Amino acid sequence: MDLRTTYLGLNLRNPIVPSSSPLSQRLDDIRQLEDAGAPAVVMFSIFEEQIRHDAEALEHLLTAGTDSFAEALSYFPDVGSYKVGTEKYLELISSAKAAVDIPIIGSINGISPEGWTDYAMEIERAGASALELNAYYIATDPDRSGAEIEQMYVDVVRAVKNAVRIPVAMKLSPFFSSTAHMARRLAEAGADGLVMFNRFYQPDFDLDEMEVRSDLNLSTPQEMRLPLRWIAILHGRVSCSLAATTGVHSGRDAAKYLLAGADAVMTCSALLKNGIGHLRVMLRELEEWMASKEYTSVVEMKGAMSQKNVANPAAFERANYIKILEEYKGRYTTV
Amino acid sequence: MDKSRIAIIDGNEAAAYIAYKTNEVCAIYPITPSSPMGEWADEWSAAGRRNIWGTVPLVVEMQSEGGAAGAVHGALQTGALTTTFTASQGLLLMIPNMYKIAGELTPTVFHVSARSLACQALSIFGDHSDVMAVRQTGFALLASASVQEVMDMALIAQASTLRARVPFLHFFDGFRTSHEVAKIEMISEDQIRALIPDDLVLERRRRAMTPDRPVLRGTAQNPDVYFQGREAVNPFYAHTPAVVQGVMDEFAKVVGRSYHLFDYYGAPNAERVIVLMGSGAETAMDTAEYLTRRLGEKVGVVVVRLYRPFDGAAFVARLPKTVRAIAVLDRTKEPGSAGEPLYLDVVAAVHEAVAAGTMARETAPTIVGGRYGLSSKEFTPAMVKAVFDELQKTSPKNHFTIGIHDDVSHTSLEYDPHFITESDRTIRAMFFGLGADGTVGANKNSIKIIGEETDLYAQGYFVYDSKKAGSRTVSHLRFGPEPLRAPYLIQSANFIGCHQFIFLEQVDVLKYAKPGATFLLNSSPYAPEEVWDHLPRKVQEQIISKNIRLFAMDGSRVALAAGMGSRVNTIMQTCFFAISGVLPREEAIEKIKQAIKKTYGRKGEEIVRKNFQAVDMTLENLKEIPVPATATSTREIPPVVPDEAPAFVKEVLAPIMAGEGDDLPVSKMPADGTFPTGTTRWEKRNISLFVPVWDEQECIQCGHCTLVCPHACIRAKKYPANALVGAPPTFKSVEWKDKNEPGLRYTIQVSVEDCTGCGLCVEVCPKKSKTRVGHKAVNMAEKEPIWEAEKANWAFFLRLPDGDRGALDLSSIKDIQFAQPLFEFSGACTGCGETPYVKILSQLFGDRALIANATGCSSIYGGNLPTTPWTVNAAGRGPAWSNSLFEDNAEFGFGFRLTLDKHREFACELLLQLQSQIGESLVRELIEAPQRTEAELAAQRARVRTLKEKLAALRTPAARHLEAIADHLVRKSVWIVGGDGWAYDIGYGGLDHVLASGRNVNVLVLDTEVYSNTGGQASKSTPRAAVAKFAASGKPFGKKDLGMMAMCYGNVYVARISLGANPRQALKAFLEAEAYDGPSLIIAYSHCIAHGINMQKGFDQQKAAVNSGHWLLFRYNPDLGAQGGNPLTIDSKPPSIPLKDYVYAETRYKMLTLSKPDEAARLLELAEADVQRRWKLYQQWLNQPEAAPATAG
Repeated sequence: MDLRTTYLGLNLRNPIVPSSSPLSQRLDDIRQLEDAGAPAVVMFSIFEEQIRHDAEALEHLLTAGTDSFAEALSYFPDVGSYKVGTEKYLELISSAKAAVDIPIIGSINGISPEGWTDYAMEIERAGASALELNAYYIATDPDRSGAEIEQMYVDVVRAVKNAVRIPVAMKLSPFFSSTAHMARRLAEAGADGLVMFNRFYQPDFDLDEMEVRSDLNLSTPQEMRLPLRWIAILHGRVSCSLAATTGVHSGRDAAKYLLAGADAVMTCSALLKNGIGHLRVMLRELEEWMASKEYTSVVEMKGAMSQKNVANPAAFERANYIKILEEYKGRYTTV
Repeated sequence: MDKSRIAIIDGNEAAAYIAYKTNEVCAIYPITPSSPMGEWADEWSAAGRRNIWGTVPLVVEMQSEGGAAGAVHGALQTGALTTTFTASQGLLLMIPNMYKIAGELTPTVFHVSARSLACQALSIFGDHSDVMAVRQTGFALLASASVQEVMDMALIAQASTLRARVPFLHFFDGFRTSHEVAKIEMISEDQIRALIPDDLVLERRRRAMTPDRPVLRGTAQNPDVYFQGREAVNPFYAHTPAVVQGVMDEFAKVVGRSYHLFDYYGAPNAERVIVLMGSGAETAMDTAEYLTRRLGEKVGVVVVRLYRPFDGAAFVARLPKTVRAIAVLDRTKEPGSAGEPLYLDVVAAVHEAVAAGTMARETAPTIVGGRYGLSSKEFTPAMVKAVFDELQKTSPKNHFTIGIHDDVSHTSLEYDPHFITESDRTIRAMFFGLGADGTVGANKNSIKIIGEETDLYAQGYFVYDSKKAGSRTVSHLRFGPEPLRAPYLIQSANFIGCHQFIFLEQVDVLKYAKPGATFLLNSSPYAPEEVWDHLPRKVQEQIISKNIRLFAMDGSRVALAAGMGSRVNTIMQTCFFAISGVLPREEAIEKIKQAIKKTYGRKGEEIVRKNFQAVDMTLENLKEIPVPATATSTREIPPVVPDEAPAFVKEVLAPIMAGEGDDLPVSKMPADGTFPTGTTRWEKRNISLFVPVWDEQECIQCGHCTLVCPHACIRAKKYPANALVGAPPTFKSVEWKDKNEPGLRYTIQVSVEDCTGCGLCVEVCPKKSKTRVGHKAVNMAEKEPIWEAEKANWAFFLRLPDGDRGALDLSSIKDIQFAQPLFEFSGACTGCGETPYVKILSQLFGDRALIANATGCSSIYGGNLPTTPWTVNAAGRGPAWSNSLFEDNAEFGFGFRLTLDKHREFACELLLQLQSQIGESLVRELIEAPQRTEAELAAQRARVRTLKEKLAALRTPAARHLEAIADHLVRKSVWIVGGDGWAYDIGYGGLDHVLASGRNVNVLVLDTEVYSNTGGQASKSTPRAAVAKFAASGKPFGKKDLGMMAMCYGNVYVARISLGANPRQALKAFLEAEAYDGPSLIIAYSHCIAHGINMQKGFDQQKAAVNSGHWLLFRYNPDLGAQGGNPLTIDSKPPSIPLKDYVYAETRYKMLTLSKPDEAARLLELAEADVQRRWKLYQQWLNQPEAAPATAG
C-alpha cells in the first residue's frame, strides 16, 4: 500500500501527522513518534505572550524582596543563565532534527508583528523543515471589524513568508464569515498550507466554586464534522496544501479526511489518550480500510469525496436538519 | 590601577575570591554579614570555577558554625587547604576548634566580616567584638581597612599561614567593608601563585594524617607535661610577625602595594597619634592628612595590620619620636576590664619599651583608650578631630567614647558634626528609595558603569531599615579622581535623589544636601509642573535656603507606561546620569543600556526591552522646576507619633522611627535591654496604596479573613448595639448572625494605616456576590479616598468592648476572630506565611505565654527596634518574649519551664506553710483547681488576687516570698518558637534533648523549608528538587522528617499543620499541644518570599502542598495512646494532585527546569517517589499503632 503524500511540499511517508501537542515536548517522545510511523512532527506551539509573561514572572519572582533587607539581599543563588524565551524550544528542534529523519515542523503563536517574524526566523535557523502559524486569536474588541481581523491574518502570513524560506502553514479558526474566501486570501498571501481547525480553550463554569475554568478537553471523533466539511469544500479550490485536524482517533477517521481532500491528517488526542504506539494501530486501520475499498495509494483516494467529487455537493452546504428532512424522503425513490 | 584588572566588587567578594583561589575545601554556615562569602564560593564551585591548582574547590554548608569549624579542623588535619567564613556568634561557636587548630599549628585562614555580639541586644552590624573574643585562641589576627585591602590581606594571610604554620583570622568591618562596593584592582592568579609557591602546599600535605604514615594527634596530657607542651609553640609565634612582614614585602614586589605590620600616616613630627585598625583607620588617615596639610597640625595615625601576634617592638618603632600623646581606639567594649584590648596592648608595648630602654621614660607618651563605632556606629572625620583635640589637653580623658552622647557615665567626647573633610572634587550622591523600587540595584549598576568606564574611583554603600515589608533604602555613592578614603555615610551630598514622594514627609531627605546641590525627585503621584505646591514647607525652605536645583520626574507614571510596574529604578538612574554629568549624556545612555542587557539579558529579552523603553521615555519627561524666592507651602510634616503615645515611645522610639536614633543619649537607653511591648501600634507605616474594604452585606461572618491576616490588620468584634453610640458616620455594623446571641452587632474593621496590602484576606474570603462573582465580602480598594474615615473607624473599633473571652469556643474559626491578637503590625514581609501562626498563638495563649524565640525572621519582625508587635490586652497581660541566641532556643525556653515548675512547687509549699492564715479551702483550690478552660483560668486568677490580698496583711518572710511568685499558680504556657534553620539544623541537638525531657513545653516550628532571614540558604528542611543557596542544582536529598523523628519518642505531642490547607486542624493542634502535659512540637508550613511565589497566593500553595502529598497533615497525641486509642491521626487525604502542579508554581523549583532541565526532571521523579513513600509509611503507622513506640503512661 502506498501511503505517501505531499504536504507543504514535503514528501511524507504517510499522511497521519502528530499535531502540535505536548507529545513533542521531549526528544524521547519525538523519537518514539518516528518509530511508531509518524511521517513528520508538528512541534508544540511557543506562545509569544507566554514567553513574555514567563520572562517577566521569572525576573519578578527571582528579585522580589531583594536589596531591601540587610541580612537577605537576595533569596536565590545566581545560577548563571536560564533557558528562557525560545532557547529551550530551539534547542529541542535542533536536537530533534539531528535525532530523527522525518521533517520537524515548528509552531508559533505570536501577538506582535516582530514576535511572529523573529520566532519564525529563529525556528528556521534551528533547522525546522516547515512552520505552522498557530493563529489563536479571539476577537473580543467590538471596535475591531471582521475585515481588520482578516487583514491581520493575511499580514502575518505575508510577513512570515518574507522572513523565512521554509514552507509556512497557517492553522486557522473556523470562525470567519467566509471561510472559503479567507482560505483563498491566505493562500494568495503565500501560505503553503492551511490547517483546519484550531481548537480553542473554551471557558467552563465551576458551579461549586463559582469560578470560570478554562481547559482543553481531548477531542472526540464527533468533532471532525466541521473540518471535514471545509476540507471537502476547499479541496481543489485553493492553491495550497490542506491539513485536517480534530477528531482523528482511528485510521477510518483519517480515511474520511483524506477522502475529503486533506493532504495530511493531524492527530493528537488519540495519541495522548492511547499512547504513541496507537499511531501504528491507526496506520494499520487506514491500510485495512483502503485495502477493503481496493485503494492502492493515498493519492488515489485524496479528495474522492470532496465537494467537487460527490454526487450531492449541496450536502456540504446545508445545515444538518435540512439534510435529515431530505434523507427521510429516500435518496432514489420518486414517490 | 591596572585598567585590565579593575573590578567593582564588595569586601565579601574580595575575600571570597582569594579564599576560593587558594583553598580546596570550604565548610561554612550562613551568618550575616559573612554569608555572601560562602555564597560566592558555592556559586563559583557550582559553575566549575577552578582554584590556582586547577581543581574546583568543594564547598559544604554545615548545620552550625560549630559544625563548620569541626569540619574545617578535620579537613585540615587530613591535609586539605581549607577555609571558612563567619562572623559574630558564628565565630564564638568556632572557638573550641580554633584553640585546637592553633594548638596543633595548622595553617588555615578564617575570613571574618567582623560584627557585634549579642549582649543587651543582637546587632548584625559591624565592630570588633567578635574578633576580640578570639584573640586568645592562638590564631594570628590580620585586619583590613578597605575593600582593596581585603583582597590584599586575604592573600597575605594565606601566604603567611603556610609559612608560619600559625592559623590566621583575617577580618574586616562587617557591612562597612564587607558590603561596600568599591573599585579595586584584582590580584591575578599568577600573582597569587607567586606568593604561594607549591613547596609550601606540599610541605602542608606531608603533615596530613594518613594510615600510610600514621601519627597520633589530639592526645590527653597530664600535669607533668601539658605546660611544657603548651610552651613548645612559642618559636612559631615569635617568628610569625617577621614572616608576615616578609610576605608583605614580597607582596609589594609582586603586586605593587606596600604594607607593614603597623603603618604610620601623617606628620613625620606628629605629637598626637591615634592607633586603630579596621575601616576606621581610613577615616583617621584621611582626617590626619587633612589636619596636617590644611591646618598644619602635628598629628598622625598608626594603622594596625597584624594584631596577633602583637609585635610591641615593631609598634613602638613605627611611632614618630615626637609623639607626646596617643589615643588607642577600640571598636569593641570589654566591660569591667582595665581597658579595651588594643589599648592594653599599646600600654604594654610602650611600658615594655621604656623598661627595655628603647624609649626614654621622660618622653614616653601619655596613652588613653577610647571606644568608637560599635554596631557600625558612624565614625567620621569630625570624631577623629575630636580625639586629636582631646589629646592636646594636659590630661586627656581616658576610657572615653566617641560618636555618642554619654550622659550617664560621661565618657563621651564632644565633636563638631560640621567638620567635614569631603573633597570638592568628589561627586557625592544619596538616593532614597524603597526596597521594592529597585533603587539599590540600579545604583550598583551606576557604580559599575562609572567605575569601569571612567578613571574615577567609585564607592557605594547601602543602608536598609529593619522592616521586611515596605523597607526604605538609602544609597550612598561617591565618585572622584582620588582614592576614596571615606568609609562613612555621606555628610554633604551634591546630588540627592528621592525616589518616593512620601519620604519627604517621613525623613529629612535634604538634611545632608550641600548648598547648591541638585535634587532629583520622583514627583508621582504629582506631575512635575505641579509638584512644587505639594512639597512640605520645610522641604521648600531647604531648597530655597540651600539654593538647590530641583528636577522632577513623574517616575511612577512613566514606569507604569513602560510596563515596569513599581520599579522606578531604571528611570531614576537615567535621570541621574542625565543631570549629574558624570558621563556625557549619550554615552551614559548607551552604558545604561549595556548594563541593562547584562543584568537582565539572562532572564529574557522582554525585560531588556521594557527597561530600554523606560530609558527612552525618561529624558522627555524629566523637568527642571523653577524655584520661587519664598516658601509658600502650608503642608507641615506630621509628628512621628501622635501626642497620646506613651512618654517612652515619644522620647525614645519616635526618634528611632524618624531616623534620628543616633542623637539619643545613653540615658534614654534601657541598660539591660528591656523594652515595653505593644509599640508597633504607634508606628503607622502606611506602606500600601490598596487596602481591603469590608462589604458588610455580603459577609457571612466566618472570620477567615481575620484568621489569615499576617499583620493582624483586619479584625472582628461582636458587641451590644448600644456600644455604637458615637460611631463615626462611615463605621459599618451589621447584625451578628447567631440565633443564640440575638441583638448583638458585628463589625469587621481594617487598620488601613498598618495594612501592607497583601490581599490574603480577599483570597481566603469564601463569599462571592450572587450578582457579581468577582466581588467578595472583602475587596481591595484604593486607600487614599477612605484613609481619613477609616482611621477614625479603626480608633472607634478599638474602643468597642472585647466581649467575654471565656464564652468563646477557641477551637472554632468563627469564635477565634473575637480573641484579641496580641501580636500585631509586625515588620514581616507582605503576605508572610509565618506570622498568621504566631498571631494565632497570641490569640489562644498570649495572656499567659512566655515565648523563647530563636534568632531568625521571627526574632527580627518580633523584636527589632524601634517597635515590637508583641502587645498586651486590656488587663495589661500579654506574651513575655525574649530572644537568646539562634542555637540555644529550645534550651532557653526549657529554662522558662524549669522556673515555672520550680516556682509553682515552691508556691505550693509556701501555701501549705501559710495554710492556717490563708484558709484551707483557698489553699486547696489554688493547688488543685483545674485550669483547662478560659473560665477556670479566670477563676484561678481571681483566687490569686484573693491570695495576694490576704498575703498583704501577713508580715512574714514566707508571705513576701509567696507574693513574689504567686502568679505562677496560674497555669503558664511556654512556647519555643523558631524557624527550620534552628529546629532542623543548628538547634536540633538542643531541641531533641528538650523534647526528650518530658517537660511541658510547646515548640512551634515556622517551617519555610529554607533559611529565610539570611537570604535563602538550604536547610535540612529544604525539600528535594528545590533550589536554594548551597543547593543551586536542586537539593539532591529529601527533607528531614522532623515530625516522625519526634514521634519516635512516643511521649511527644507532634502535629504537622497548614493554615491554608486546614485551618481547623491547625487550631486543634495548637489547643491539643498546649493542653498536653508534656513536650509538644508543631511544625507549621509557612509559605515565604524565598519560595519565589506570588505571596497573595500563599495559601493556595499551602493547599497544593497538602493536596500533592508533600505536606502531610497529622497529629500524634500520646494522651490518646495512653487511653488505649490510636495516638496518630492523619488529617490529610491521599495525594490528589500531581506533585508538579504544586512545585512548579514556585520559582524555587521552577528555576531548575530553566537552568538544568534534565536534573529538574530527575529530581522531580525522586520527589514524587518521596511523596508515595511518605504516604505509605504514615499509613502503616496509622494502621499498626502497635508498631509505634510506647506512648506515655
